[in-house]
Amino acid sequence: MDAVKGSSKAGALPLLLPAILFLVLLFLYPFAYGLYLSLTTAKGEPSLGNYLRFFGEARDFRTIWVTLQIAVPITLVNVGLAVPFAYYMRRGMRGERLITFFLIIPITLGTVLVSEGMLSFMGPKGWLNQLLLALHVVAEPYRFTHNYLGVVISLGLQGFPYAFLMLLGYVSGINPDLEKASQMLGANRWQTFWKILFPLMIPGIAISFCLNFVMAFSVFPSAVLLGQPSGPTRVISIAAYQWAFEKFNFNAASAISMVMAAIELLVISAVLVWRSRMYKGASMVGKG
Amino acid sequence: MLGRLRPSRLVFFAAIAAYVFIVLGILLTVILNSLSKGWFSGLLPPYLTTEWYKYAATDHDIPNLLAVTFTVVLADVLIALLIAFPAAYVLARQEFRGKGLFLSLLLLPMIVPPMTYGIPLAMLCYKFHLAAKVVGVVIVNLVPIVPFMVLVLMPFIEQVGTNLESAAKMLGASRWTIFRKVLVPLTVPGILTAGILSLVKAISMFELTYLVAGGKSQTIVVALYADAYAAGARPAQAVDALAVIYFLIAMLCLMISLRFVSPTQMVFKLK
Repeated sequence: MDAVKGSSKAGALPLLLPAILFLVLLFLYPFAYGLYLSLTTAKGEPSLGNYLRFFGEARDFRTIWVTLQIAVPITLVNVGLAVPFAYYMRRGMRGERLITFFLIIPITLGTVLVSEGMLSFMGPKGWLNQLLLALHVVAEPYRFTHNYLGVVISLGLQGFPYAFLMLLGYVSGINPDLEKASQMLGANRWQTFWKILFPLMIPGIAISFCLNFVMAFSVFPSAVLLGQPSGPTRVISIAAYQWAFEKFNFNAASAISMVMAAIELLVISAVLVWRSRMYKGASMVGKG
Repeated sequence: MLGRLRPSRLVFFAAIAAYVFIVLGILLTVILNSLSKGWFSGLLPPYLTTEWYKYAATDHDIPNLLAVTFTVVLADVLIALLIAFPAAYVLARQEFRGKGLFLSLLLLPMIVPPMTYGIPLAMLCYKFHLAAKVVGVVIVNLVPIVPFMVLVLMPFIEQVGTNLESAAKMLGASRWTIFRKVLVPLTVPGILTAGILSLVKAISMFELTYLVAGGKSQTIVVALYADAYAAGARPAQAVDALAVIYFLIAMLCLMISLRFVSPTQMVFKLK
């Protein structure tokens, strides 16, 4: 840091100090502490036992697949739907504010309220089943909750608006002249989308995929409330939580959280590699 | 072109309508159920009553829940501003060694899920006797809010030209005076936006609070989860009554925030 001292840049460090302290004390230190806990026994002796147990015990190990089976499909659906919808709304439309208002509600309310509400609304006697019965879509109440589907629906209700609003921010920042130029050169809508807009949306798609995946992979309250937390939707967060706060084994719990972080970082790096291969231009214009 | 009925338009509005139907359905079910009695089947409840609110009020210490929730949210927003503003200023204005590293480390808490760092963080809170206290809840919730605030503030500070600052400096103002009299007033819109966005985010934050809070330091969303989790311990209508109280608070914050920011600003954006 000596390089910046004495110049006009003096004073950078004091201003950064609160943020550095924050980062070290509240994030890096706990993270390192978690890593340390995961590599030691309850008595503080170094050991790989926590990891070996996690990978050795089918009940815990399979939470990885259970979680991936929930997280990957719904993330693909959320982002896959958000791309055409954001594209469709790229130049704004009537009622845009109202539409975005409804989309932001589930994000604002949070998982807990959405899950709690879904239990009644989508339950056997809820309005959704009453409607489906009245329309003769189903012969008897369909089970939307307390299973895999319930968890996936709740992740969709919150993940889709997130991906959509994020991509809308990206797509409306793309210079509209590019689209006009492409059309003038004889490209049809489909070609313009695939060759011009889609490649420019890739950074936004990559980021929203990552964030949606992180959200879905770390699903916790809705997997408990809407799923079957003892079996089919016993996701990795539940396993970590149970080790920490039901069995009071923070060492084992930390090992699970480290595995969780590792899988997420792996997926995120894979997405970022994909992005750097696909995205080569920088034709965005700022909104300001 | 707007008037023509294209299939894409139809699909778009059908999907939006389905989405709105589900969201409204969920909310109306919760509200009606909290006011109902004997609603076992049918479209609407046979009787309406407010007794579940009385039940929820006596069963939970609602004033305490609200006080904790607002203390946590406001304290977090204010402390996060104090940490994030100077950092955003330096990041927006200056180049220094390790800037890229610092920025990516700062973003990590937004990418790593709360459960991952939350468990060791909760463990540390227990170790330092901060757990089950409001202070502990405030501290842990800072982790995702500070980086978010830095990201929101940075573009606002970048927009303020350096000319005014240079002028003030030439006129002999000290750094602190420039900060107080020039920079802060010019970035009020940014501070307001960051504060409001963080407030809306903080209200619904669940995982970290859940791991650290106990009895008297619960926020309303944690109390709601605990009620919904222990299904059967309380009447479902009373749980819904608590949900409605939470819903009203969150919606109030959302309504206020939408006067200042657009919904697309509410999701995390990164170049």
